[in-house]
Amino acid sequence: MSEFPYRKTGVVSLEELARLNLLPPEERLRKGPVAILECPEMIPCNICVPYCPTKAIKMERLIDVPAVDWDKCIGCGICVAVCPGLAAFVVDTSKNDFDYVTVPHEFIPVPRVGDEVVLLNKLGERIGRGTVVRIWERNKTYVATVRVPKGLSMEVRAIWVKQ
Amino acid sequence: MIGKCSSCFMKVNGLPNVKTCREPVKDGLVIERQAGWISPDTNNEESSSVELREIDVDVLVVGGGPAGLSAALKASEYGLDVAVVDEHFKIGGQLLKQTHKFFGNVELFGGMRGFQIAEEYSKKLKSSEKIRVLTRSVVYGVFRGGLVGVIGENTHYVVKPKVVVGSTGAAERYLDFLNNDLPGVVGAGGVQTIMNEYGVKPGESALVVGSGNVGLIVAYQLLQAGVAVRAIVEILPEVGGWFVHAAKVRRYGVPILLQHTVKAVYGDGRVREVEVVAVDENFNPVPGSEKRFKVDLVLLAVGLEPDTRFFSQCGAVMKWSPELGGLVPLRTLDLETSVRNLYIAGDASGIEEATTAIMEGQIAALSAVSKLADRSKAGRAEEEMEKICKFLWEDYRTSPVLARARRGKQLVTVSREEMEKIRVTYPPRVSFG
Repeated sequence: MSEFPYRKTGVVSLEELARLNLLPPEERLRKGPVAILECPEMIPCNICVPYCPTKAIKMERLIDVPAVDWDKCIGCGICVAVCPGLAAFVVDTSKNDFDYVTVPHEFIPVPRVGDEVVLLNKLGERIGRGTVVRIWERNKTYVATVRVPKGLSMEVRAIWVKQ
Repeated sequence: MIGKCSSCFMKVNGLPNVKTCREPVKDGLVIERQAGWISPDTNNEESSSVELREIDVDVLVVGGGPAGLSAALKASEYGLDVAVVDEHFKIGGQLLKQTHKFFGNVELFGGMRGFQIAEEYSKKLKSSEKIRVLTRSVVYGVFRGGLVGVIGENTHYVVKPKVVVGSTGAAERYLDFLNNDLPGVVGAGGVQTIMNEYGVKPGESALVVGSGNVGLIVAYQLLQAGVAVRAIVEILPEVGGWFVHAAKVRRYGVPILLQHTVKAVYGDGRVREVEVVAVDENFNPVPGSEKRFKVDLVLLAVGLEPDTRFFSQCGAVMKWSPELGGLVPLRTLDLETSVRNLYIAGDASGIEEATTAIMEGQIAALSAVSKLADRSKAGRAEEEMEKICKFLWEDYRTSPVLARARRGKQLVTVSREEMEKIRVTYPPRVSFG
């Protein structure tokens, strides 16, 4: 059996992400939007690598955990759209009043800009409400950027739209 | 066969035992319920109006899923004549019901959704003059002289192939518990057929049994279809499938109950409630730990078993492999079995996943090309085959999430010299070529 807690819970902790160099350093987080790839397992997949427009994601082998060059990453969200595991997110903690989180969304209804949505954490708990500020689509995966209360950027990982 | 059980047998236009889940609707169909198995009437006049057709082909592909389609396309690219047989009315196999995006790399369709890969293959196969596709057709047996019997719609084909690629896929495992024959207890594959392929919502509220990739993915797809997923139960002390698939359902609030299994389902005429129970480290139920959920669907995603009946009939030497899900034929690195010119690819060769199935199909086809094509093509095919084998074994399969399947496949792969000895000791019942 595995020694990794996420194999029991389906939830990866910030400590685990930090250990795998998947968390941007504090000063980079303060600068503006940046990708967080919650991809701790050595699965045979490198889809994010060729699609990254700034070549910020590196993998030597197909099975490697991705390595992000935080200075090259511009937080565009292409990886959020193309990641087959829906494991890529973008967080922006650079603003004083709100944080911004970009998440994949593959449910109907698709929210529109300005819609208020429910914010969900990694456990599916409702942790507040946010406002959609941008939404776009690529091969049926919607990419939603949501304005969230300050401090929730590392918590929010999904949105739910009232039917 | 995944996603096609016998639960939907009905009489269609007087013909009993029709799997209605793969019978297209058309005007004038007469559909009647049946109870149990009905022996077909062999004196029926219609049974004598079947046309007999003989076909000679270079490569016969049995099963049009990812392994079979990639084999057919690769063989045709090198100029071989190919026939693909599939029981469904559309080719693609399990790809047809996969709505999630595939992993891997972009050269191997990574990033595309499964049904989109099926569409792409379908287009390419249809535009190839080298490939004949027989849908709604079933291989029913193999005969002396290397003849393969195929029954299609009103046509009986007798195929004489030089090479056969058996890409027959797998079947879903079932689980024993009280009332498991109540309607509403379904295989995960069956739900994917009705929900993802036909667009029919299968129920309102579900419990998924098994947290392998199939269970996790189908739970996510149920949520997308608007079905509430109460929980996923897993008998082992950790999640079976990939972390990213588990994270996808967890963030929409689906609990994964480890060391739990189904004890019973209850309902009057169909499932209304399911009872789950915790198990100890020896998988024995823990008394008093029972929990009930109000659901109308209980999905079984408890594993797959390679469908190797065709290989057994041919007399291929088999080996039991717990890592691969059951009895599978021994094979060489280029996937030839102990029956000369009979290749195996995809889940039939051992349960793994669609991307490796695609590569196995290509390897089998390229090995066939190296035998059948002229020297320049054969040389090119061998080079390409070696490249794919190297990528499959030295890159793709080195992922820890594929370690078990890799170990299993190593244990059933033998050298060409060993295979020659096996052929002498256990001569096959038929030969192709």
